[in-house]
Amino acid sequence: MTQIVLSSVSKRYPGGHDALANITLTVETGELVFITGHSGAGKSTLLKLMAAIERPTTGSVIVNGQNIGTLRARGIPFLRRNFGLVFQDHKLLFDRNAFENVMLPLDITGFDRREGARRARAALDKVGLLHKEKARPITLSGGEQQRLCIARAIVHRPAVLLADEPTGNLDAEYAAEIATLFSDFNLVGVTVVLATHDAQLAARLNPRIINIRGGRLVA
Amino acid sequence: MRAWASAHRRAFISAFARLAASPLANLLNISVIGIALALPLGFFVVLSNLQGLARNLKPQPEISIFLAPEATAAEVRIIELRLKSRSGLAGFRFVPRAQALEQLKSRAGLADVAAGLAGNPLPDAFVVIAGASDAAALETLRAEFAAWPKVAEAHVDSDWARRLDGLLAVGRYAVLMLAAALALALAAITFNTIRLQILTQRDEIEVAKLIGATDGWIQRPFLYFGGLIGMAGGIAAWLLTALALLVFNNQLGPLSSLYGVPLELAHLAWADSLFALLFAAGLGWFGAWLSVRRHLSAHNLV
Repeated sequence: MTQIVLSSVSKRYPGGHDALANITLTVETGELVFITGHSGAGKSTLLKLMAAIERPTTGSVIVNGQNIGTLRARGIPFLRRNFGLVFQDHKLLFDRNAFENVMLPLDITGFDRREGARRARAALDKVGLLHKEKARPITLSGGEQQRLCIARAIVHRPAVLLADEPTGNLDAEYAAEIATLFSDFNLVGVTVVLATHDAQLAARLNPRIINIRGGRLVA
Repeated sequence: MRAWASAHRRAFISAFARLAASPLANLLNISVIGIALALPLGFFVVLSNLQGLARNLKPQPEISIFLAPEATAAEVRIIELRLKSRSGLAGFRFVPRAQALEQLKSRAGLADVAAGLAGNPLPDAFVVIAGASDAAALETLRAEFAAWPKVAEAHVDSDWARRLDGLLAVGRYAVLMLAAALALALAAITFNTIRLQILTQRDEIEVAKLIGATDGWIQRPFLYFGGLIGMAGGIAAWLLTALALLVFNNQLGPLSSLYGVPLELAHLAWADSLFALLFAAGLGWFGAWLSVRRHLSAHNLV
């Protein structure tokens, strides 16, 4: 099954900067895809287009049969619930503990609170942070913060994980840990799209690799 | 439906938590709103008390017909017959000039004046209780009586009640205008409070949007917060007014015993109080709504 389809997609930011030009690609359900390229090549923009954080200037982005370019604003939250988003800067909320951070996606969808707590603990356990559920994110190491961000991304069991430079700030040991996590999720059927400039990471997992340079696909 | 109710319950709890998170700042906000609302509320209370008083005092409209001093008994009789046959009157009574003098003498402080009079300067009079009570009908009736032969003058006696009524109506408008101005102030206060909240909650709003929160989910706690602040301000205003009335009634005590009549200002009836609280809550909600609309879109967050 085809999950994400980009057809002749270009993205020009206000001011005339062309982030992406004429990108056509598809991501099938259950695939493990790495988007590689130097920083500034357009990897982040590509992920933002898939999650409807940006809209394409030309071309179409279709996720689960829905065209993001024509999707109405009120439909976007529901489209995003298909995704688990992992950010390079984690985007954790520092005014609440690890457990509450992971509960946020479930609260948003109106999930039953008790069943939600069970799922949140399962997600924390999966990334090895169950013993730190009461900890504030500020007290966690960089690797732990990234794992907490991953727990938050998977807690509502999304069909697709989108990760933007998830190992960007981590040393090699932590990076390997995180890469293994993503590969585990992929093994149980989750589609994973991961943007990275870390060639080593890609070599370890043997994913499908999409290389972009200057906003264009490199064959 | 259960999910919807639970979402609202959680939004309410979250709004309450935000209220409790900075108690001092919110307490100050609530007092400002309370004081702003206490002013029109207090005026309204005084006004409704005066209105109640006026309603109790207002007599049935009466028209006094004073006859010319030279009118003979036969002429008085003719007028009495005309009054009897005139339809649309609730009743009338004859006040002979001698009786009028006696009444004058019995009135405190006027006995000396009456005793000093050589004769009786007062004319015979009829006091007519009109059937209608509106000003135009009374005036027509008065003019009709005044035109009858041997009638010197006719007066509508309920003029003072109408003047009081008119004065109270002006007062009601003044209170309404004051209330409107301070309602705007209340909305502005919540508007600004919510603006500051949105600024401090930027991260949460941004993350929540990224992971699929609807606009409603993000806005709800702010709206509940606005409603809560408004409601709390309304309660503060009610309590302030109650306190002012307590002090005021205490001061009225000696005055009321001096005049031998019970003088006491009553607070709003329960239904009116409830309406005032809901009105304040609605204003807070409205201010929050304006703020959320304005600031979430201004920060490109919705």
